[in-house]
Amino acid sequence: MSILRDPLIPMVALVTDIRTDTPDVKTFRVVGLDGKKPMEHIPGQCAMLSMPGVGEALFSITSSPTNADYLEFSIKKCGCVTNWLHAIEPGQQVTLRGPYGNGFPVDTDFVGKDLLFIAGGIGLAPLRSVINYVRHHRGRYGSVDIVYGARSKEDLVDYDEILQQWCREDGVTVHLTIDNPQPDWDGHVGFVPNYVKELAFDTGKTVVMCGPPVMIKFTLAGLEELGFRRDQVYTTFELKMKCALGKCGRCNIGDKYVCKDGPVFRLDQMAQLPDEY
Amino acid sequence: MKTWKLSELDSLFAAIAAAQKLYIPADAAGQPAFTLWTPGLSMTKALNTGRSAKDLFFPQVENLVNFKVSGRRIQVEPGREEVEDFVIFGVRACDCRSFDILDSVFLSDPVDTFYADRRSHATVMTLACSEPEETCFCTSLGIDPQAPAGDVSCWAMEDTLYLEANTEKGQALLSSLPQLGQGEKPQTDASVFHRLPLKDLDFSVFGEKPLMDWFNSPVWDSLSQSCLGCGSCTFVCPTCQCYDVEDFDGGATIRRFRCWDSCMYSDFTMMAHGTNRPTQKERFRQRFMHKLVYHPNNHAGQIGCVGCGRCLQKCPISMNIVKVAKALKEGKA
Repeated sequence: MSILRDPLIPMVALVTDIRTDTPDVKTFRVVGLDGKKPMEHIPGQCAMLSMPGVGEALFSITSSPTNADYLEFSIKKCGCVTNWLHAIEPGQQVTLRGPYGNGFPVDTDFVGKDLLFIAGGIGLAPLRSVINYVRHHRGRYGSVDIVYGARSKEDLVDYDEILQQWCREDGVTVHLTIDNPQPDWDGHVGFVPNYVKELAFDTGKTVVMCGPPVMIKFTLAGLEELGFRRDQVYTTFELKMKCALGKCGRCNIGDKYVCKDGPVFRLDQMAQLPDEY
Repeated sequence: MKTWKLSELDSLFAAIAAAQKLYIPADAAGQPAFTLWTPGLSMTKALNTGRSAKDLFFPQVENLVNFKVSGRRIQVEPGREEVEDFVIFGVRACDCRSFDILDSVFLSDPVDTFYADRRSHATVMTLACSEPEETCFCTSLGIDPQAPAGDVSCWAMEDTLYLEANTEKGQALLSSLPQLGQGEKPQTDASVFHRLPLKDLDFSVFGEKPLMDWFNSPVWDSLSQSCLGCGSCTFVCPTCQCYDVEDFDGGATIRRFRCWDSCMYSDFTMMAHGTNRPTQKERFRQRFMHKLVYHPNNHAGQIGCVGCGRCLQKCPISMNIVKVAKALKEGKA
């Protein structure tokens, strides 16, 4: 019906599986009503999920585009829409629209580069899409290092996939860390920014970073100390959005709209923009 | 040029309204407003309406879509209002320019079909100004109040309304009014506009320095200090276009609607983990940076202000874009 065709009007989609990742993060598997993947995307792009009557919010698509069957969203329980999502069961319908944003330059700037992924907490969600895309097209990229930290072992998102797949793959090195020691953890303990400095990575790498603003800030400072330039560092932002189309007027950082010009930015671009994120 | 007797304006309105809906600026409850014409309704004597003409393309509240939810199932149902052809008469040059600015936002990819629908169904008849208010400064923004754009431009001079079509749509409208006369419009007198106190504002400076120079200006603290965050300025502004999307659960049907929002409000950018514009200073700065720097940066230098002066009249603490632009330029408040 033509009168339904507006970018603000969502489609109906189905949640087919819900995985509990951590005490406050669940990963939702979503397909269209025809059972197929509802949209194609670029790693780093986002989509609007909603439940009518509850609200609509933007989430990064955590599954890789190379996954042909469904989309996945890893979502932390922290507000109105996410509380509702955490209470549902498979078989629940939701609405979906997108994909939105620019995504990471996986087929251009990243090609041939040694990649260093740095994530904190739920910040792994958008990077998982890139990591699995890079793993799928392994020959196109150089070495892959992944530094991932969370408050505790239980707060590491996608822990099983990390252990079973990422850690066992040639050319992929995973560096996990948690904030405080705990009995069943023999890995690194400490905050992500310090760990990155300790690991003293080769400065030829391209960095892909996502996490809480405070982690981004201190990690960037550490990277610069190691000799990295800002134009080697990519990150992805998240601000309040209503339309995701560059029109509702609230997700801008200076003259850039996170929904449309981002969410992925290279950090040298951010130097020309206000610190309002 | 086509003509009509001003004393018989009512019959012109009747002729237009015979074919499509007609909105004219009329005295309504509290303040002049664009009002659906019905027999007997006459034009306001006021220069302009309290709220701008943007309401007719971007209404304050508008239904987007409806949902029906049963158990775990969701049904999407059409919820948008069908738009019919309509005419707006008496739009001033400033408000007419605001449509260009709104077009830059809503008609850029991806097109907002709700706005586009109304734009394509509308015929805009503008009305030239001859007696501006002291708060008018459209000429500072390159607008000629005596030569307004629109589908049809009109001039009310002495006892005659002169009408000139600028577009095919305007031509079609005038052709549908066979009783129009023919005449030459007398010369307009611009002298009153040259005496306006705000005629010499300079908005060109904002493109001359990097965004961060304006953002980091020392003037924001003092300018924003007394801002109440009431949002009156955004409410009356013809170019403010920020909106909210909300759901109303009416039981059987859930309506998803959008409504005007304001960057001046504390919850505008509030997220589950907090807001990135925590004080009124950031919110105030956002509004003026958007009009003077961000919007022009994204739209070929187009300033997000039309000089209508409504915010000068309505702000309860007498803060406005004129004071902000002057202070920014001088670097002191």
